[in-house]
Amino acid sequence: MRSIFLHLHPSKVSEQSLIFHRTFGLGGMAALLIANQVITGILLRFYYVPSPAGAYDSVIFLKNQVVFGQFVRNIHYWSGVFLLLIAFLHFLRVFFTGAYRDVRKVNWLFGLLLLAIIVLSNFTGYLLPWDQLAYWAITVSTNIIGYFPVFGNSLRTMIVGGKELNADTLQTFFNFHSALLPFLILTIALYHFWRVRKAGGILLPSDGEKQEMLPVMPHLVFRELVAGLVLIAFVFTIAALFNAPLLEKANPAYSMNPTKAPWYFAGVQELLMHFHPLFSAFIIPLGVLAFLAWIPFTRYEEAPSGHWFISEKGKRTARSTAIFAVLLTLAGILSGAWLPGFEILMPGIPALISNGIIPLCILCLVMAAFYIFYLKGLSLAKAELVQAIFVFIIAAFIVLTLTGIFFRGKDMALTWPWYV
Amino acid sequence: MVREDDNGNQRQGISRRDFFGIVWKSLGILAAFEGLGMISAFMFSGKNKRTSAPKHLLEAGPVDSFGLNTVSAFMGGRFYLARRQDGGFIALSLRCTHLGCSISWEESKKRFICPCHSSAFDIGGEVLNPPAARALDYYPVLIEKGIVKVDISILKERNSFRKDQLVYAQ
Repeated sequence: MRSIFLHLHPSKVSEQSLIFHRTFGLGGMAALLIANQVITGILLRFYYVPSPAGAYDSVIFLKNQVVFGQFVRNIHYWSGVFLLLIAFLHFLRVFFTGAYRDVRKVNWLFGLLLLAIIVLSNFTGYLLPWDQLAYWAITVSTNIIGYFPVFGNSLRTMIVGGKELNADTLQTFFNFHSALLPFLILTIALYHFWRVRKAGGILLPSDGEKQEMLPVMPHLVFRELVAGLVLIAFVFTIAALFNAPLLEKANPAYSMNPTKAPWYFAGVQELLMHFHPLFSAFIIPLGVLAFLAWIPFTRYEEAPSGHWFISEKGKRTARSTAIFAVLLTLAGILSGAWLPGFEILMPGIPALISNGIIPLCILCLVMAAFYIFYLKGLSLAKAELVQAIFVFIIAAFIVLTLTGIFFRGKDMALTWPWYV
Repeated sequence: MVREDDNGNQRQGISRRDFFGIVWKSLGILAAFEGLGMISAFMFSGKNKRTSAPKHLLEAGPVDSFGLNTVSAFMGGRFYLARRQDGGFIALSLRCTHLGCSISWEESKKRFICPCHSSAFDIGGEVLNPPAARALDYYPVLIEKGIVKVDISILKERNSFRKDQLVYAQ
Protein backbone atom coordinates (compact mmCIF):
# COMPACT_ATOMS: atom_id res chain seq x y z
CA MET A 1 0.00 0.00 0.00
CA ARG A 2 2.71 2.37 1.06
CA SER A 3 4.86 1.60 -1.95
CA ILE A 4 1.94 2.01 -4.37
CA PHE A 5 1.35 5.46 -2.97
CA LEU A 6 5.04 6.33 -3.21
CA HIS A 7 5.17 5.04 -6.76
CA LEU A 8 2.72 7.67 -7.85
CA HIS A 9 5.29 10.27 -6.83
CA PRO A 10 8.77 11.02 -8.13
CA SER A 11 11.48 10.11 -5.65
CA LYS A 12 12.65 13.69 -5.21
CA VAL A 13 11.02 17.06 -5.57
CA SER A 14 12.50 20.54 -5.56
CA GLU A 15 12.11 22.56 -2.43
CA GLN A 16 10.30 25.30 -4.38
CA SER A 17 7.46 23.04 -5.48
CA LEU A 18 6.52 22.42 -1.86
CA ILE A 19 5.49 26.05 -1.30
CA PHE A 20 1.76 25.88 -0.67
CA HIS A 21 0.65 29.05 -2.48
CA ARG A 22 2.27 27.87 -5.70
CA THR A 23 -0.62 25.47 -6.33
CA PHE A 24 -2.72 25.56 -3.14
CA GLY A 25 -2.77 21.77 -3.55
CA LEU A 26 -5.95 22.06 -5.62
CA GLY A 27 -5.24 19.22 -8.05
CA GLY A 28 -4.51 16.84 -5.19
CA MET A 29 -7.65 17.94 -3.36
CA ALA A 30 -9.73 17.26 -6.46
CA ALA A 31 -8.21 13.77 -6.71
CA LEU A 32 -9.04 13.09 -3.07
CA LEU A 33 -12.63 14.23 -3.54
CA ILE A 34 -12.97 11.98 -6.61
CA ALA A 35 -11.86 9.02 -4.49
CA ASN A 36 -14.32 10.11 -1.83
CA GLN A 37 -17.13 10.26 -4.42
CA VAL A 38 -16.34 6.75 -5.62
CA ILE A 39 -16.55 5.33 -2.11
CA THR A 40 -19.73 7.13 -1.02
CA GLY A 41 -21.26 6.58 -4.47
CA ILE A 42 -20.79 2.82 -4.21
CA LEU A 43 -22.36 2.91 -0.75
CA LEU A 44 -25.39 4.85 -1.99
CA ARG A 45 -25.88 2.39 -4.84
CA PHE A 46 -26.72 -0.32 -2.32
CA TYR A 47 -29.98 1.45 -1.50
CA TYR A 48 -30.83 3.57 -4.53
CA VAL A 49 -33.58 2.38 -6.93
CA PRO A 50 -33.27 3.95 -10.39
CA SER A 51 -36.94 4.20 -11.37
CA PRO A 52 -39.44 7.09 -11.12
CA ALA A 53 -41.64 4.96 -8.86
CA GLY A 54 -38.88 3.88 -6.50
CA ALA A 55 -36.14 6.54 -6.59
CA TYR A 56 -37.64 9.09 -4.23
CA ASP A 57 -38.82 6.48 -1.74
CA SER A 58 -35.39 4.86 -1.71
CA VAL A 59 -33.82 8.22 -0.80
CA ILE A 60 -36.41 8.69 1.97
CA PHE A 61 -35.65 5.16 3.19
CA LEU A 62 -31.95 5.97 3.15
CA LYS A 63 -32.64 9.10 5.19
CA ASN A 64 -34.89 7.57 7.81
CA GLN A 65 -33.99 3.90 8.12
CA VAL A 66 -30.33 3.51 7.25
CA VAL A 67 -27.71 4.18 9.90
CA PHE A 68 -25.50 7.03 8.60
CA GLY A 69 -27.73 7.07 5.48
CA GLN A 70 -28.32 10.81 5.61
CA PHE A 71 -24.67 11.41 6.50
CA VAL A 72 -23.31 9.41 3.55
CA ARG A 73 -25.74 11.16 1.22
CA ASN A 74 -24.64 14.53 2.61
CA ILE A 75 -20.96 13.69 2.13
CA HIS A 76 -21.65 12.64 -1.46
CA TYR A 77 -23.64 15.82 -2.11
CA TRP A 78 -21.13 18.24 -0.57
CA SER A 79 -18.10 16.47 -2.06
CA GLY A 80 -19.77 16.88 -5.45
CA VAL A 81 -20.22 20.60 -4.85
CA PHE A 82 -16.67 21.06 -3.57
CA LEU A 83 -15.18 18.90 -6.31
CA LEU A 84 -16.66 21.20 -8.93
CA LEU A 85 -15.54 24.33 -7.06
CA ILE A 86 -12.02 23.00 -6.48
CA ALA A 87 -11.66 21.77 -10.07
CA PHE A 88 -12.71 25.26 -11.20
CA LEU A 89 -10.18 26.92 -8.87
CA HIS A 90 -7.52 24.48 -10.11
CA PHE A 91 -8.34 25.53 -13.66
CA LEU A 92 -7.93 29.21 -12.67
CA ARG A 93 -4.66 28.47 -10.86
CA VAL A 94 -3.21 26.66 -13.87
CA PHE A 95 -4.17 29.51 -16.14
CA PHE A 96 -2.95 32.36 -13.96
CA THR A 97 0.44 30.76 -13.30
CA GLY A 98 0.83 30.11 -17.03
CA ALA A 99 1.09 26.34 -16.58
CA TYR A 100 -0.61 25.61 -19.91
CA ARG A 101 2.22 26.25 -22.34
CA ASP A 102 4.86 24.18 -24.13
CA VAL A 103 4.89 20.59 -22.88
CA ARG A 104 1.69 21.19 -20.93
CA LYS A 105 -0.46 22.13 -23.94
CA VAL A 106 -2.18 18.80 -24.36
CA ASN A 107 -2.67 18.37 -20.62
CA TRP A 108 -4.57 21.67 -20.55
CA LEU A 109 -7.07 20.10 -22.97
CA PHE A 110 -7.38 16.97 -20.83
CA GLY A 111 -7.90 19.23 -17.83
CA LEU A 112 -10.75 21.00 -19.64
CA LEU A 113 -12.21 17.61 -20.56
CA LEU A 114 -12.07 16.51 -16.92
CA LEU A 115 -13.76 19.73 -15.82
CA ALA A 116 -16.53 19.10 -18.38
CA ILE A 117 -17.00 15.51 -17.21
CA ILE A 118 -17.14 16.65 -13.57
CA VAL A 119 -19.90 19.10 -14.56
CA LEU A 120 -21.72 16.28 -16.37
CA SER A 121 -21.34 14.02 -13.33
CA ASN A 122 -22.90 16.66 -11.14
CA PHE A 123 -25.65 17.21 -13.68
CA THR A 124 -26.59 13.54 -14.07
CA GLY A 125 -26.49 13.10 -10.31
CA TYR A 126 -28.82 16.05 -9.82
CA LEU A 127 -31.78 14.15 -11.30
CA LEU A 128 -31.41 10.98 -9.26
CA PRO A 129 -33.40 11.92 -6.09
CA TRP A 130 -36.42 12.49 -8.41
CA ASP A 131 -37.79 15.26 -6.22
CA GLN A 132 -39.33 18.55 -7.40
CA LEU A 133 -35.94 20.32 -7.36
CA ALA A 134 -34.32 17.61 -9.48
CA TYR A 135 -37.22 17.12 -11.89
CA TRP A 136 -37.68 20.77 -12.82
CA ALA A 137 -34.01 21.72 -12.85
CA ILE A 138 -33.30 18.92 -15.34
CA THR A 139 -36.45 19.77 -17.34
CA VAL A 140 -35.29 23.37 -17.77
CA SER A 141 -31.67 22.41 -18.55
CA THR A 142 -32.55 19.75 -21.11
CA ASN A 143 -35.00 22.13 -22.78
CA ILE A 144 -32.12 24.57 -23.24
CA ILE A 145 -30.43 21.89 -25.39
CA GLY A 146 -33.50 21.97 -27.65
CA TYR A 147 -32.49 25.47 -28.78
CA PHE A 148 -29.23 24.30 -30.38
CA PRO A 149 -29.57 24.83 -34.13
CA VAL A 150 -30.34 21.92 -36.47
CA PHE A 151 -29.58 18.97 -34.19
CA GLY A 152 -30.90 20.49 -30.93
CA ASN A 153 -34.26 18.81 -30.83
CA SER A 154 -33.02 15.36 -31.78
CA LEU A 155 -30.17 15.67 -29.26
CA ARG A 156 -32.68 16.60 -26.57
CA THR A 157 -34.98 13.70 -27.47
CA MET A 158 -31.97 11.38 -27.43
CA ILE A 159 -30.90 12.48 -23.95
CA VAL A 160 -34.40 12.59 -22.46
CA GLY A 161 -35.74 9.58 -24.37
CA GLY A 162 -39.07 11.27 -25.09
CA LYS A 163 -40.85 14.58 -24.84
CA GLU A 164 -40.67 14.87 -21.08
CA LEU A 165 -38.58 13.24 -18.36
CA ASN A 166 -39.49 9.58 -17.90
CA ALA A 167 -38.16 6.24 -16.70
CA ASP A 168 -35.72 6.06 -19.62
CA THR A 169 -34.24 9.44 -18.69
CA LEU A 170 -33.66 8.36 -15.13
CA GLN A 171 -32.06 5.09 -16.18
CA THR A 172 -29.80 6.83 -18.70
CA PHE A 173 -28.74 9.47 -16.17
CA PHE A 174 -28.12 6.82 -13.51
CA ASN A 175 -25.99 4.80 -15.88
CA PHE A 176 -23.93 7.82 -16.89
CA HIS A 177 -23.59 8.98 -13.30
CA SER A 178 -22.60 5.70 -11.74
CA ALA A 179 -20.78 3.83 -14.49
CA LEU A 180 -19.63 5.66 -17.61
CA LEU A 181 -18.59 9.03 -16.18
CA PRO A 182 -16.71 7.69 -13.11
CA PHE A 183 -14.82 5.32 -15.41
CA LEU A 184 -13.89 8.22 -17.71
CA ILE A 185 -12.90 10.48 -14.81
CA LEU A 186 -10.63 7.84 -13.27
CA THR A 187 -8.86 6.92 -16.50
CA ILE A 188 -8.46 10.49 -17.76
CA ALA A 189 -7.37 11.73 -14.32
CA LEU A 190 -4.63 9.07 -14.19
CA TYR A 191 -3.44 10.16 -17.63
CA HIS A 192 -3.62 13.79 -16.49
CA PHE A 193 -1.34 13.04 -13.51
CA TRP A 194 1.06 11.05 -15.64
CA ARG A 195 1.42 13.98 -18.03
CA VAL A 196 2.14 16.34 -15.14
CA ARG A 197 4.98 14.07 -14.02
CA LYS A 198 6.21 13.74 -17.57
CA ALA A 199 6.33 17.52 -17.87
CA GLY A 200 8.70 17.52 -14.88
CA GLY A 201 6.24 18.02 -12.05
CA ILE A 202 4.46 21.24 -11.26
CA LEU A 203 5.52 24.41 -13.02
CA LEU A 204 8.25 26.42 -11.32
CA PRO A 205 9.48 29.91 -12.26
CA SER A 206 11.82 29.41 -15.20
CA ASP A 207 14.00 32.31 -14.08
CA GLY A 208 14.31 31.14 -10.48
CA GLU A 209 17.58 29.87 -9.07
CA LYS A 210 18.23 26.13 -8.93
CA GLN A 211 16.93 24.72 -5.70
CA GLU A 212 17.83 21.80 -3.55
CA MET A 213 16.02 18.51 -4.29
CA LEU A 214 14.37 16.86 -1.29
CA PRO A 215 13.13 13.29 -0.91
CA VAL A 216 9.36 13.01 -1.45
CA MET A 217 9.06 10.94 1.71
CA PRO A 218 8.51 12.66 4.11
CA HIS A 219 8.62 16.17 2.64
CA LEU A 220 5.79 15.97 0.09
CA VAL A 221 3.87 12.94 1.33
CA PHE A 222 3.38 14.34 4.83
CA ARG A 223 2.24 17.68 3.48
CA GLU A 224 -0.30 15.88 1.28
CA LEU A 225 -1.48 13.83 4.21
CA VAL A 226 -2.10 16.95 6.30
CA ALA A 227 -3.91 18.76 3.46
CA GLY A 228 -6.00 15.64 2.79
CA LEU A 229 -6.99 15.18 6.42
CA VAL A 230 -7.96 18.84 6.75
CA LEU A 231 -10.09 18.61 3.60
CA ILE A 232 -11.84 15.43 4.76
CA ALA A 233 -12.48 16.96 8.17
CA PHE A 234 -13.94 20.04 6.46
CA VAL A 235 -16.24 18.04 4.15
CA PHE A 236 -17.44 15.83 7.01
CA THR A 237 -18.15 18.86 9.19
CA ILE A 238 -20.22 20.51 6.45
CA ALA A 239 -22.00 17.19 5.81
CA ALA A 240 -22.83 16.86 9.50
CA LEU A 241 -24.19 20.40 9.71
CA PHE A 242 -26.06 20.86 6.43
CA ASN A 243 -28.39 18.33 4.81
CA ALA A 244 -28.42 17.76 1.06
CA PRO A 245 -31.64 19.31 -0.28
CA LEU A 246 -34.67 17.09 -0.80
CA LEU A 247 -38.12 18.47 -1.61
CA GLU A 248 -41.39 16.65 -2.29
CA LYS A 249 -41.54 13.84 -4.83
CA ALA A 250 -41.41 14.99 -8.46
CA ASN A 251 -44.79 16.14 -9.77
CA PRO A 252 -44.80 16.62 -13.56
CA ALA A 253 -48.04 18.62 -13.37
CA TYR A 254 -46.79 21.33 -11.04
CA SER A 255 -43.57 23.24 -11.57
CA MET A 256 -41.69 25.10 -8.89
CA ASN A 257 -41.64 28.84 -8.78
CA PRO A 258 -38.93 29.79 -9.46
CA THR A 259 -37.57 26.84 -11.41
CA LYS A 260 -33.81 27.04 -11.51
CA ALA A 261 -31.23 25.02 -13.36
CA PRO A 262 -28.55 23.37 -11.15
CA TRP A 263 -26.35 26.06 -9.60
CA TYR A 264 -23.39 25.60 -11.99
CA PHE A 265 -25.74 26.29 -14.92
CA ALA A 266 -27.28 29.33 -13.21
CA GLY A 267 -24.96 31.52 -15.28
CA VAL A 268 -26.23 30.07 -18.56
CA GLN A 269 -29.81 30.40 -17.35
CA GLU A 270 -29.13 34.03 -16.40
CA LEU A 271 -27.69 34.64 -19.86
CA LEU A 272 -30.84 33.07 -21.28
CA MET A 273 -32.89 35.88 -19.77
CA HIS A 274 -30.94 38.49 -21.73
CA PHE A 275 -30.21 36.89 -25.09
CA HIS A 276 -32.10 34.80 -27.60
CA PRO A 277 -31.52 31.10 -26.72
CA LEU A 278 -29.49 30.51 -29.88
CA PHE A 279 -26.88 32.94 -28.56
CA SER A 280 -27.12 32.36 -24.82
CA ALA A 281 -27.33 28.57 -24.93
CA PHE A 282 -25.21 27.82 -27.96
CA ILE A 283 -23.06 30.46 -29.64
CA ILE A 284 -21.71 32.22 -26.52
CA PRO A 285 -20.88 29.01 -24.52
CA LEU A 286 -19.39 27.41 -27.63
CA GLY A 287 -17.29 30.52 -28.31
CA VAL A 288 -15.99 30.50 -24.73
CA LEU A 289 -15.09 26.79 -24.94
CA ALA A 290 -13.33 27.31 -28.26
CA PHE A 291 -11.35 30.21 -26.77
CA LEU A 292 -10.31 28.11 -23.75
CA ALA A 293 -9.17 25.26 -25.97
CA TRP A 294 -7.29 27.67 -28.25
CA ILE A 295 -5.33 29.39 -25.45
CA PRO A 296 -2.25 27.10 -25.36
CA PHE A 297 -2.04 26.67 -29.12
CA THR A 298 -1.08 30.19 -30.08
CA ARG A 299 2.47 31.53 -30.04
CA TYR A 300 3.54 33.65 -27.11
CA GLU A 301 6.74 35.68 -27.00
CA GLU A 302 9.42 34.35 -24.67
CA ALA A 303 8.66 35.33 -21.10
CA PRO A 304 9.53 33.87 -17.73
CA SER A 305 6.69 31.47 -16.90
CA GLY A 306 5.45 30.27 -13.54
CA HIS A 307 4.65 33.70 -12.09
CA TRP A 308 1.15 34.57 -10.91
CA PHE A 309 -0.54 36.83 -13.49
CA ILE A 310 2.62 36.86 -15.67
CA SER A 311 3.97 40.24 -14.51
CA GLU A 312 3.15 43.35 -12.47
CA LYS A 313 1.51 44.89 -15.53
CA GLY A 314 -0.42 41.67 -16.14
CA LYS A 315 -1.69 41.77 -12.59
CA ARG A 316 -2.85 45.39 -12.87
CA THR A 317 -4.55 44.75 -16.21
CA ALA A 318 -6.27 41.65 -14.87
CA ARG A 319 -7.60 43.61 -11.91
CA SER A 320 -9.00 46.51 -13.96
CA THR A 321 -10.49 44.12 -16.55
CA ALA A 322 -12.19 42.16 -13.81
CA ILE A 323 -13.70 45.35 -12.38
CA PHE A 324 -14.85 46.41 -15.86
CA ALA A 325 -16.41 42.98 -16.52
CA VAL A 326 -18.25 42.96 -13.18
CA LEU A 327 -19.66 46.46 -13.74
CA LEU A 328 -20.66 45.72 -17.35
CA THR A 329 -22.39 42.46 -16.39
CA LEU A 330 -24.22 44.11 -13.51
CA ALA A 331 -25.31 46.93 -15.83
CA GLY A 332 -26.62 44.35 -18.31
CA ILE A 333 -28.55 42.46 -15.63
CA LEU A 334 -30.08 45.63 -14.16
CA SER A 335 -31.03 47.08 -17.53
CA GLY A 336 -32.68 43.75 -18.34
CA ALA A 337 -34.78 44.13 -15.20
CA TRP A 338 -35.63 47.83 -15.45
CA LEU A 339 -35.64 48.71 -19.15
CA PRO A 340 -38.06 47.22 -21.69
CA GLY A 341 -36.45 44.52 -23.82
CA PHE A 342 -35.66 45.01 -27.50
CA GLU A 343 -38.30 42.47 -28.52
CA ILE A 344 -40.95 44.75 -26.95
CA LEU A 345 -39.49 47.96 -28.40
CA MET A 346 -39.31 46.39 -31.85
CA PRO A 347 -42.34 44.10 -32.12
CA GLY A 348 -42.14 43.66 -35.91
CA ILE A 349 -38.59 42.30 -35.97
CA PRO A 350 -37.86 38.58 -35.38
CA ALA A 351 -36.65 37.78 -31.85
CA LEU A 352 -33.42 36.38 -33.26
CA ILE A 353 -32.41 39.91 -34.30
CA SER A 354 -34.08 42.08 -31.67
CA ASN A 355 -33.18 39.83 -28.74
CA GLY A 356 -30.05 38.22 -30.16
CA ILE A 357 -27.96 40.10 -32.67
CA ILE A 358 -28.69 43.63 -31.40
CA PRO A 359 -27.76 43.07 -27.71
CA LEU A 360 -24.74 41.02 -28.77
CA CYS A 361 -23.57 43.85 -31.04
CA ILE A 362 -23.97 46.34 -28.19
CA LEU A 363 -21.91 44.05 -25.94
CA CYS A 364 -19.20 43.71 -28.61
CA LEU A 365 -19.10 47.48 -29.12
CA VAL A 366 -18.61 48.15 -25.41
CA MET A 367 -15.85 45.52 -25.27
CA ALA A 368 -14.19 46.97 -28.36
CA ALA A 369 -14.30 50.43 -26.78
CA PHE A 370 -12.65 49.03 -23.63
CA TYR A 371 -9.92 47.52 -25.79
CA ILE A 372 -9.32 50.63 -27.91
CA PHE A 373 -9.45 53.22 -25.14
CA TYR A 374 -7.77 51.25 -22.37
CA LEU A 375 -6.00 47.98 -23.17
CA LYS A 376 -4.42 49.16 -26.41
CA GLY A 377 -2.69 52.06 -24.68
CA LEU A 378 -0.89 49.71 -22.27
CA SER A 379 1.02 47.97 -25.09
CA LEU A 380 0.49 44.55 -23.55
CA ALA A 381 2.32 41.39 -24.53
CA LYS A 382 0.12 38.76 -26.21
CA ALA A 383 -0.01 36.57 -23.10
CA GLU A 384 -1.18 39.53 -21.04
CA LEU A 385 -3.90 40.36 -23.56
CA VAL A 386 -5.13 36.76 -23.63
CA GLN A 387 -5.14 36.87 -19.85
CA ALA A 388 -7.29 40.02 -19.92
CA ILE A 389 -9.86 38.31 -22.19
CA PHE A 390 -9.84 35.26 -19.93
CA VAL A 391 -10.38 37.46 -16.87
CA PHE A 392 -13.28 39.21 -18.60
CA ILE A 393 -15.02 35.91 -19.39
CA ILE A 394 -14.47 34.42 -15.94
CA ALA A 395 -15.55 37.56 -14.06
CA ALA A 396 -18.73 37.89 -16.16
CA PHE A 397 -19.44 34.17 -15.69
CA ILE A 398 -19.05 34.42 -11.92
CA VAL A 399 -21.33 37.49 -11.67
CA LEU A 400 -24.00 35.79 -13.84
CA THR A 401 -23.80 32.59 -11.80
CA LEU A 402 -24.00 34.35 -8.43
CA THR A 403 -26.94 36.45 -9.67
CA GLY A 404 -28.75 33.33 -10.88
CA ILE A 405 -28.19 31.48 -7.61
CA PHE A 406 -28.66 34.21 -5.02
CA PHE A 407 -30.58 37.09 -6.58
CA ARG A 408 -33.39 35.44 -8.57
CA GLY A 409 -36.58 34.81 -6.65
CA LYS A 410 -40.23 34.25 -7.50
CA ASP A 411 -40.99 34.51 -11.25
CA MET A 412 -37.19 34.82 -11.70
CA ALA A 413 -37.41 38.48 -10.72
CA LEU A 414 -34.39 40.17 -9.13
CA THR A 415 -34.51 40.08 -5.35
CA TRP A 416 -32.26 39.89 -2.29
CA PRO A 417 -30.69 36.57 -1.25
CA TRP A 418 -32.76 36.39 1.95
CA TYR A 419 -35.99 36.40 -0.12
CA VAL A 420 -34.84 33.62 -2.50
CA MET B 1 8.61 6.57 -53.72
CA VAL B 2 12.34 5.95 -53.27
CA ARG B 3 13.68 4.32 -50.12
CA GLU B 4 16.85 2.63 -48.87
CA ASP B 5 16.83 -1.06 -47.96
CA ASP B 6 18.95 -2.73 -45.26
CA ASN B 7 21.93 -3.06 -47.58
CA GLY B 8 21.84 0.61 -48.46
CA ASN B 9 20.45 0.10 -51.98
CA GLN B 10 17.84 2.44 -53.46
CA ARG B 11 14.51 0.63 -54.00
CA GLN B 12 11.21 1.73 -55.50
CA GLY B 13 7.79 1.50 -53.73
CA ILE B 14 7.00 0.91 -50.10
CA SER B 15 8.54 -1.82 -47.97
CA ARG B 16 6.64 -4.92 -46.86
CA ARG B 17 6.84 -3.77 -43.23
CA ASP B 18 5.33 -0.34 -44.03
CA PHE B 19 2.65 -2.01 -46.14
CA PHE B 20 1.54 -4.28 -43.29
CA GLY B 21 1.71 -1.33 -40.92
CA ILE B 22 -0.79 0.53 -43.08
CA VAL B 23 -3.00 -2.57 -43.38
CA TRP B 24 -3.10 -3.02 -39.60
CA LYS B 25 -3.82 0.64 -38.98
CA SER B 26 -6.70 0.71 -41.47
CA LEU B 27 -8.11 -2.50 -39.98
CA GLY B 28 -7.93 -0.85 -36.58
CA ILE B 29 -9.78 2.25 -37.77
CA LEU B 30 -12.38 0.05 -39.46
CA ALA B 31 -12.87 -1.94 -36.26
CA ALA B 32 -13.26 1.27 -34.26
CA PHE B 33 -16.00 2.47 -36.62
CA GLU B 34 -17.70 -0.92 -36.47
CA GLY B 35 -17.64 -0.84 -32.69
CA LEU B 36 -18.98 2.71 -32.65
CA GLY B 37 -21.77 1.73 -35.05
CA MET B 38 -22.66 -1.29 -32.96
CA ILE B 39 -22.77 0.74 -29.76
CA SER B 40 -24.95 3.48 -31.23
CA ALA B 41 -27.30 0.92 -32.84
CA PHE B 42 -27.55 -0.81 -29.46
CA MET B 43 -28.17 2.46 -27.63
CA PHE B 44 -30.79 4.00 -29.89
CA SER B 45 -32.77 1.16 -31.49
CA GLY B 46 -34.51 0.16 -28.27
CA LYS B 47 -35.33 3.67 -27.09
CA ASN B 48 -37.56 4.85 -29.92
CA LYS B 49 -39.67 1.71 -29.88
CA ARG B 50 -40.40 1.90 -26.19
CA THR B 51 -41.47 5.55 -26.18
CA SER B 52 -43.92 5.43 -29.13
CA ALA B 53 -47.15 5.30 -27.14
CA PRO B 54 -50.30 3.58 -28.41
CA LYS B 55 -53.35 5.70 -29.19
CA HIS B 56 -54.84 6.67 -25.90
CA LEU B 57 -58.21 8.43 -25.77
CA LEU B 58 -59.11 10.18 -22.57
CA GLU B 59 -62.78 11.02 -21.98
CA ALA B 60 -63.09 14.58 -20.73
CA GLY B 61 -66.88 14.77 -20.34
CA PRO B 62 -70.07 15.90 -22.10
CA VAL B 63 -69.85 19.00 -24.30
CA ASP B 64 -72.39 20.94 -22.25
CA SER B 65 -70.40 20.59 -19.03
CA PHE B 66 -67.79 23.00 -20.39
CA GLY B 67 -68.91 26.63 -20.36
CA LEU B 68 -67.93 29.13 -23.02
CA ASN B 69 -64.65 30.97 -22.40
CA THR B 70 -63.58 28.55 -19.63
CA VAL B 71 -60.60 26.33 -19.01
CA SER B 72 -60.68 22.96 -17.21
CA ALA B 73 -57.53 21.30 -15.93
CA PHE B 74 -56.87 17.58 -16.54
CA MET B 75 -53.69 17.08 -14.57
CA GLY B 76 -53.75 13.30 -15.07
CA GLY B 77 -53.64 13.78 -18.84
CA ARG B 78 -51.28 16.77 -18.53
CA PHE B 79 -53.53 19.12 -20.48
CA TYR B 80 -55.96 21.99 -20.11
CA LEU B 81 -59.22 21.65 -22.05
CA ALA B 82 -60.06 25.18 -23.20
CA ARG B 83 -63.38 26.21 -24.73
CA ARG B 84 -63.30 29.53 -26.51
CA GLN B 85 -66.09 32.10 -26.68
CA ASP B 86 -67.28 30.68 -30.02
CA GLY B 87 -67.65 27.17 -28.57
CA GLY B 88 -64.47 25.72 -30.13
CA PHE B 89 -62.45 23.20 -28.07
CA ILE B 90 -58.68 22.86 -27.87
CA ALA B 91 -56.66 20.60 -25.52
CA LEU B 92 -53.51 22.51 -24.56
CA SER B 93 -50.38 20.84 -23.23
CA LEU B 94 -49.41 22.29 -19.88
CA ARG B 95 -45.77 22.56 -20.92
CA CYS B 96 -44.54 26.08 -21.57
CA THR B 97 -42.86 26.18 -24.99
CA HIS B 98 -39.94 28.19 -23.60
CA LEU B 99 -38.24 25.73 -21.23
CA GLY B 100 -40.93 23.19 -20.39
CA CYS B 101 -42.21 24.37 -17.02
CA SER B 102 -45.89 23.69 -16.32
CA ILE B 103 -48.19 26.66 -16.88
CA SER B 104 -51.17 27.58 -14.74
CA TRP B 105 -54.48 29.29 -15.65
CA GLU B 106 -55.10 32.73 -14.24
CA GLU B 107 -58.90 33.06 -14.20
CA SER B 108 -58.96 36.79 -13.36
CA LYS B 109 -56.82 37.75 -16.36
CA LYS B 110 -58.03 34.88 -18.59
CA ARG B 111 -54.52 33.78 -19.46
CA PHE B 112 -51.98 31.01 -18.86
CA ILE B 113 -48.87 32.07 -17.02
CA CYS B 114 -45.55 30.23 -16.69
CA PRO B 115 -43.88 30.50 -13.26
CA CYS B 116 -40.36 30.13 -14.64
CA HIS B 117 -39.86 33.14 -16.90
CA SER B 118 -43.38 34.65 -16.86
CA SER B 119 -44.34 33.78 -20.42
CA ALA B 120 -48.10 34.26 -20.91
CA PHE B 121 -50.57 32.61 -23.31
CA ASP B 122 -54.23 33.31 -24.15
CA ILE B 123 -57.08 30.80 -24.00
CA GLY B 124 -56.21 29.45 -27.46
CA GLY B 125 -52.56 28.98 -26.44
CA GLU B 126 -51.27 31.95 -28.43
CA VAL B 127 -48.24 33.79 -26.96
CA LEU B 128 -49.15 36.99 -25.12
CA ASN B 129 -45.80 37.63 -23.50
CA PRO B 130 -42.26 36.38 -24.36
CA PRO B 131 -39.73 34.75 -23.76
CA ALA B 132 -41.82 31.87 -25.16
CA ALA B 133 -41.71 32.09 -28.95
CA ARG B 134 -44.24 29.40 -29.96
CA ALA B 135 -47.91 28.89 -29.11
CA LEU B 136 -48.64 26.04 -26.68
CA ASP B 137 -48.58 22.49 -28.07
CA TYR B 138 -51.96 20.76 -28.24
CA TYR B 139 -53.56 17.30 -28.36
CA PRO B 140 -56.22 16.30 -30.93
CA VAL B 141 -59.79 16.60 -29.65
CA LEU B 142 -62.62 14.33 -30.85
CA ILE B 143 -66.30 14.84 -30.11
CA GLU B 144 -68.35 11.63 -30.33
CA LYS B 145 -72.03 11.55 -29.36
CA GLY B 146 -71.69 14.74 -27.36
CA ILE B 147 -68.68 13.47 -25.37
CA VAL B 148 -65.36 15.33 -25.61
CA LYS B 149 -62.38 13.00 -25.93
CA VAL B 150 -58.68 13.89 -26.07
CA ASP B 151 -56.03 11.74 -27.76
CA ILE B 152 -53.12 12.18 -25.36
CA SER B 153 -50.77 9.99 -27.37
CA ILE B 154 -50.19 12.65 -30.06
CA LEU B 155 -48.68 16.00 -29.09
CA LYS B 156 -48.92 18.54 -31.93
CA GLU B 157 -46.44 21.40 -32.21
CA ARG B 158 -47.29 24.71 -33.89
CA ASN B 159 -45.87 28.19 -34.25
CA SER B 160 -49.06 30.16 -33.76
CA PHE B 161 -52.77 29.75 -33.17
CA ARG B 162 -55.03 29.07 -36.17
CA LYS B 163 -58.81 28.66 -36.29
CA ASP B 164 -58.64 25.18 -37.79
CA GLN B 165 -56.97 23.85 -34.63
CA LEU B 166 -60.31 24.23 -32.83
CA VAL B 167 -62.90 21.44 -32.72
CA TYR B 168 -66.63 22.20 -32.57
CA ALA B 169 -69.58 20.12 -31.44
CA GLN B 170 -72.00 19.31 -34.29
